[in-house]
Amino acid sequence: MITIAIGLSIVLLLVILFLLFRIGTLSSIFRGSSERAAGTTKISNRVNGTLLLLFLILGGAAFAWSFADAWDEMNLPLGSVHGEWTDNLFWTTMIIIGIVFIITQVLLFLYSYKYQHQDDKRAYYYPHNNKLEIIWTMIPAVVMAVLVFGGWKTWTNITSAAPEDAVVVEVMGKQFNWMVRYPGADGKLGVAKHTLIDATNEMGVDFSDPNAMDDFMPREIHVPKGKPVLLKIRSRDVIHSVFMPHFRLKMDAVPGMPTKFWFVPTKTTNEMANETGNPDFKYELACTEICGRGHFAMRFIVVVDEPEDYEAWLADQTPFVEQNPQVLAKLSTKASKELVAEAHSEEKAEVVKTEL
Amino acid sequence: MSSTDISINKDVHHAHEEHDHHHDQNFFEKYVFSLDHKVIAKQFLFMGIFWAFVGGFLSILFRLQLGWPEATFTFLEPILGGWIENGKLNPEFYLALVTMHGTIMVFFVLTAGLSGTFSNFLIPLQLGARDMASGFMNMLSFWIFFLSSVVMFISLFLETGPAAGGWTVYPPLSALPEAIQGSGDGMSMWLVAMALFIVSQLLGGVNYITTIINLRTRGMSMTKMPLTIWAFFLTAILGLLAFPVLFSAALLLIFDRSFGTSFFLSDIFIAGQALSNTGGSPILFQHLFWFLGHPEVYIVIMPAMGLVSEVIATNSRKPIFGYRAMIGSLIGISVLSFVVWAHHMFVTGMNPFLGSVFMFLTLIIAVPSAVKVFNWIATLWRGNIRFTTAMMYAIGFVSLFISGGLTGIILGNSALDIQLHDTYFVVAHFHLVMGAAAFFGMFCGVYHWFPKMFGRMLDEKLGFVHFWLTFISVYLVFMPMHYIGIAGFPRRYYNWTGFETFNIFTDMNTFISIAAILGFTAQFIFLFNFIYSIFKGRRATENPWHSNTLEWTTPVLPGHGNWPGPLPTVYRWPYDYSKPGAAEDYIPQTVPYSQTQSSNLPNERDFE
Repeated sequence: MITIAIGLSIVLLLVILFLLFRIGTLSSIFRGSSERAAGTTKISNRVNGTLLLLFLILGGAAFAWSFADAWDEMNLPLGSVHGEWTDNLFWTTMIIIGIVFIITQVLLFLYSYKYQHQDDKRAYYYPHNNKLEIIWTMIPAVVMAVLVFGGWKTWTNITSAAPEDAVVVEVMGKQFNWMVRYPGADGKLGVAKHTLIDATNEMGVDFSDPNAMDDFMPREIHVPKGKPVLLKIRSRDVIHSVFMPHFRLKMDAVPGMPTKFWFVPTKTTNEMANETGNPDFKYELACTEICGRGHFAMRFIVVVDEPEDYEAWLADQTPFVEQNPQVLAKLSTKASKELVAEAHSEEKAEVVKTEL
Repeated sequence: MSSTDISINKDVHHAHEEHDHHHDQNFFEKYVFSLDHKVIAKQFLFMGIFWAFVGGFLSILFRLQLGWPEATFTFLEPILGGWIENGKLNPEFYLALVTMHGTIMVFFVLTAGLSGTFSNFLIPLQLGARDMASGFMNMLSFWIFFLSSVVMFISLFLETGPAAGGWTVYPPLSALPEAIQGSGDGMSMWLVAMALFIVSQLLGGVNYITTIINLRTRGMSMTKMPLTIWAFFLTAILGLLAFPVLFSAALLLIFDRSFGTSFFLSDIFIAGQALSNTGGSPILFQHLFWFLGHPEVYIVIMPAMGLVSEVIATNSRKPIFGYRAMIGSLIGISVLSFVVWAHHMFVTGMNPFLGSVFMFLTLIIAVPSAVKVFNWIATLWRGNIRFTTAMMYAIGFVSLFISGGLTGIILGNSALDIQLHDTYFVVAHFHLVMGAAAFFGMFCGVYHWFPKMFGRMLDEKLGFVHFWLTFISVYLVFMPMHYIGIAGFPRRYYNWTGFETFNIFTDMNTFISIAAILGFTAQFIFLFNFIYSIFKGRRATENPWHSNTLEWTTPVLPGHGNWPGPLPTVYRWPYDYSKPGAAEDYIPQTVPYSQTQSSNLPNERDFE
């Protein structure tokens, strides 16, 4: 019953709108405004001109208000050294384009309003002015040159080689979560291969590599405050992207092509909790490259510790092979099998040779 | 000034014209497999409008999910069937919606619908040609596009869903059905449809270029062409150079998907097993894709720029300011558009030095774009502006192009792109600058050339209502997206409530969704106006806007061959509006200087 009522009222509404439209058309014919060239009728021109001006004023005011209102939310708390550089560059650029935005939009709507059609007036025949055109080609060119220079300097600094003593963390994306690996005491990550992946060894670490013996895989990323951290990023299935919004950090995780990004965290999680007034504050890692069904849920926690807390946490960790001794057992059986297989193939090869 | 009476006697001619042609063509030749560029243009327009509603509807579906992430959508079950599970939208179907919205809007609406319609319609009419260089190729171009549309449309109804890896279809996601359902049959159909689409684009493009070079009427030199034609010309060249690269990318992707090659696949472990593919590079695909993808956004926006330039000049009753600078900036944009593609890839792990180079090249492209904006504004200055609906859309276009274009300066900066890449800031940027702006260019064109297409006028009042609702809702939708983008809110998220960083934006997302629904609803006003006016609109005169270009010298409804008698001769550039000393405030291109001695400039005296 209700759906029928709703349907009926919609139909009724449409009929009323249609009638209004017809009445409007007919009355414009009676008024004779349809006789005039399109766009020269006084009322419609005045209405549209005024609306354009109103749009400029009210729209501008609404924009300014909403921008101010959203200011706190859009300025995410900042926790890295290079983030300071990019934030400054961002807001400097915003001011420059903001000025251009205001000038051009004001002129656009103001001119539209001011020079609306009048029967007794004629437009000013003004086909070109080379001087003017050169000026307004040069100004953007110079501004762009400055911005390119600023951007280039910042970009080169951010993407420069990581310091030797950087804390190394390997981050691997997979459908649909992140896995991390620390190199352990020797500071070297063991080799990993996608062919070695199984249910336990999800990162495909080659445990026959001695460097892998002390590698450990925690459930959260811990990094020390004030020290450079190098993220070694890879993926084992599709492309993902490591995004840590508070550190202004993003780098794709690409299968078959390891990538990296280094940064220096400046505030511990606790300091950030105090600053934001949110006792449960957590640095988050999100995926920003579409990767399938669970793309929106690849959340991982990053913790920034004071250097001494970080050392304590580090000392607490147990290597993966100790937690999962079966990977080593498997390795030895597999190795012996492979040896046997190799021996077999050698024999065969000899047979072939002799046959030849 | 008013000259509505000019057309009366010519109307009679037109009736004859139409009558003559009724006899020698049957229904199929005239309306279906027509070789006439005007009919083909209308076919492209109808398909474009159809696809725009499909694409818009898909966006409303995912805006519902984004605006009300906790709501249950059982009421959508009649439409979406199994994709609603226990009242919740399936996350993979959400991605499919996003993907298809992008594909449909970029390729089927704003490439085929916009440049297909207006290049076809205006090139012969504004150049003074009887038809395209090859009418048959032109017809083929539409019907292959139609075929491509059918394939793409069917893919929406597959059980495993349409392609779902984003409109950029990055492998490995798009190559492996194990990674996402949509990469099964849906992706195969996507690739087939796109391959057909590219064939259609190439057939069309070759035709546009040939026509512009060879079929200009007497006196129509390249520097007397309207800016619309310049825009279509350069657009066609871009398409011809860029689309084959997408074709090769699609081909290699087909090989990877079906024949076990490893162009884009390497070291992958998925669905419990390691794949044998090695040595491929997913980044290679991105290079190939964006080598088309970036020129593509100019393929979308340049025809709109051309249409808007023409409409602004006509309705300001002023010559376009800096005609040669406008052509120069179009050429500059075209050339630069080929060397900026990697700004989509700053954080893919590409060599940082390459990033610096592409940042430099990308920011240069702001210069010709800025010149265009300044010239449009200078054209308005001291004009005598007629607010036709087309003019409103042209002003709206400039406003949106500024708003969206300026943020490109931020995104083109590789250092700033680190934080903003793949966030809603990017979504806001490109929707304003190439989505909404190109749509506004298209509306501008439809409202302006409707009289020439259908012999009747669109209703101006409904047009204004349509314009204002659309204009306001576009800003309401995309302005707030900048805010959440600056905060890092990622694209293509089905749900964000799991993240503390992003879950503060619920109100903003609901607001955006409401504005989007308002904007989509307003398009039905246009649809009504469009269909109603084709049959019942006020009859148009020959030259209702008092415009200078050649199409307005044809009969109200030009028949096959466009001009009943000999082709017109062109004597002057198309922007002699409000020339001092002239009787009317416009002098059509076909009027020789000898007839306008009172208004000729000193350097034009020689041509008398």
